[in-house]
Amino acid sequence: MDNAYLIETIIKVVVILLVFSALAGIGTYFERKVLAFMQRRLGPMNVGPFGLLQVGADGIKLFTKEDIIPTNVVGPIFKIAPVITAATAFMAAAAIPFLPSFELFGYEVHPIVADINIGILYVLGVMAVGLFGPLLGGMASANKFSLLSAARAAAVFISYEVVTGLSILAPIMMVGSLSLIDFNNYQIENGWIVFSQPVAFVLFWIAAFAETGRTPFHLIANDHEIIDGFGTEYSGMRWGLFFIGEYANMFFISFVIPIIFLGGFGDGSVLGALALLGKMAFFFFFFLWTRAAWPDVRPDQLMWLCWKVLMPVAVINVVITGLVMMF
Amino acid sequence: MFEAVAFYLFAFLTIAMFYITVTTAQALYALTALAAGMIFISAFFFILGADFLGAVQIIVYTGAVMALYAFGMMFFDTTRDVKEKNGNKFIVVGLATLAAVMVVAIFVAPIVSTNMQAFYPMVEGVGNTQMVGVVLFTKYLIPFEVAAVMLLVAMVAGIVLAGKKMDLSLTQMNAEQIKEIEDKDKKVLS
Repeated sequence: MDNAYLIETIIKVVVILLVFSALAGIGTYFERKVLAFMQRRLGPMNVGPFGLLQVGADGIKLFTKEDIIPTNVVGPIFKIAPVITAATAFMAAAAIPFLPSFELFGYEVHPIVADINIGILYVLGVMAVGLFGPLLGGMASANKFSLLSAARAAAVFISYEVVTGLSILAPIMMVGSLSLIDFNNYQIENGWIVFSQPVAFVLFWIAAFAETGRTPFHLIANDHEIIDGFGTEYSGMRWGLFFIGEYANMFFISFVIPIIFLGGFGDGSVLGALALLGKMAFFFFFFLWTRAAWPDVRPDQLMWLCWKVLMPVAVINVVITGLVMMF
Repeated sequence: MFEAVAFYLFAFLTIAMFYITVTTAQALYALTALAAGMIFISAFFFILGADFLGAVQIIVYTGAVMALYAFGMMFFDTTRDVKEKNGNKFIVVGLATLAAVMVVAIFVAPIVSTNMQAFYPMVEGVGNTQMVGVVLFTKYLIPFEVAAVMLLVAMVAGIVLAGKKMDLSLTQMNAEQIKEIEDKDKKVLS
């Protein structure tokens, strides 16, 4: 293992960590603005031009607020739960190619930390571990609303995980590889997978909402039913870590969907790279759009949807794909 | 060097986690340490180059331990210690030691006798996902299918146990009996 590789990897890790922590903060700004305009409000206005410095104000508040550990909680678990959510979100980013490889001062840079040949499985698996954060935080909190939210986290997890796995199976069968770079290269020659696998695309997209806990499936921390769910007892930066994890997850899944289904960064030109960023922005915007437009579903409705509708559709999709590929 | 560091780090972490799982009286500690230990084991697969098994280890055990959490939530107040019923400690320690020694002996035996040969050695240039698939659908096809049938049986049994009125068969009843059951349901609902 030579030194250049080591330094390159460390720089990439630091860059991804910094960029996406910052993006998670700016993501909250976008969310408030988009929601505000969709609801005929103005959103943050007072701090800086167009309220742009609101992110900084929120950051100062979160960092300086007292970190309260309530009396009856299970201390170590309560403290580590937010870290799990944030850390696994960034760990999942290790196998995502954010841009095509480019030359920088005569040195070829691959903007992916580790091109392992099981990329997509690793990304989905590690993202799924992130749900342990809400679960543990809720169970350790000694608060009935938190406990309800933990129970919902477990229910959501076992529902959507099956749909994600089965819906992604059909594209994997077509590409014949689990590496996200192979997905991208396959689509250069054969066209976007979304045209041959529209059902899998829609299913994966729906499951992505459950995976990130966004609005139609935001039942883990539904403010109007169970206060803030797992976040009820948290304060300060520990509470903030949950949100850095959630927003980072939204950004990463917004990268993964275009790479798998919508051609990724194409042939690796500048235009392709910009197109990937544009697609990512669209999917991120769609998360916010849905939050403004749709009500939340009940936990039993989510389980009904995942197990009785989406899973059979996904299985049928896999069988049909298999038959088409065989004959 | 990195492999050595990673191996010793994860070996220590895994053993520490499973030690906590066994010794603690707190259901939440035990479950969390179990989940962490299972996920740390995947690191050994990654170190050995078996990426596919590593990812599968993560995915399977997060789901499996999540189900255990659900049971923990139902049976215990997970923020309090569980009062454990400890039987004869000598028997427990004796059996545990015996089991540990036997597991070590089973795994060490082929190494000691230097008879270790790979039935299906790795092929250069073929990813280990493909190799797992090839072995699974040739040499281990029958165990694989038997496992699938067992899972199917377990699933059917689960539905029968959890579902309502699974002991009745509509096809063996005449129209009057079915109507009787439906009327009864309406009364319960109204």
